[in-house]
Amino acid sequence: MAERLESLLRDAFPDAAELFVEDRTGGGDHFQVTVASPSFDGLPLLDQHRLVNRALAEPLRDGTIHELRIKTRGTTT
Amino acid sequence: MSELSDRIRDVIENEPVALFMKGTPQFVMCGNSDRALRALREAGAPVTTVDILPDPAIRQELSELSGWPTIPQVFVKGELIGGADITEQLAGNGELTAMLEERLGAGYRDGAEEHVVDVVSGARA
Repeated sequence: MAERLESLLRDAFPDAAELFVEDRTGGGDHFQVTVASPSFDGLPLLDQHRLVNRALAEPLRDGTIHELRIKTRGTTT
Repeated sequence: MSELSDRIRDVIENEPVALFMKGTPQFVMCGNSDRALRALREAGAPVTTVDILPDPAIRQELSELSGWPTIPQVFVKGELIGGADITEQLAGNGELTAMLEERLGAGYRDGAEEHVVDVVSGARA
């Protein structure tokens, strides 16, 4: 399941400098995603997280993701 | 517009700090809701919580209003701040306190109380 999330994120952030998905509990529904991408440069944190939520809209909607933790940053800082 | 969405809107617009969470402060049902609540409490915020679990429609209406898909959701003076990660991050770097002072006034901690609103019945405690 982590692979599916990672591939959705790679599609959304093809130029990511850092991108990984961790299954926090091993149960396939609690995830920590970390993305560093130039897409986030200059964006408020709220909007950075909105982009990640949008990329993961489907697994969020269909209940695949029970709990999501997001860590984002741009690449200029 | 449904009565439920009117009540949700009312909480967002009129409570200084609103936290939509799973469970109540006395009985938190999710780790992320707990993290957001802790961060707000540590900042001394006057938190009004809404439990989204009693009716799936609450979460649906809320996410439609906010454009944010996950729970918890934190609003300050009607504006979405984010979920647990953003709230924790802002608390950790001092921005949360600065934001609360700017939007609620420097003395926001004085007499700060916690409230619980039931958006199904409209009760506020």
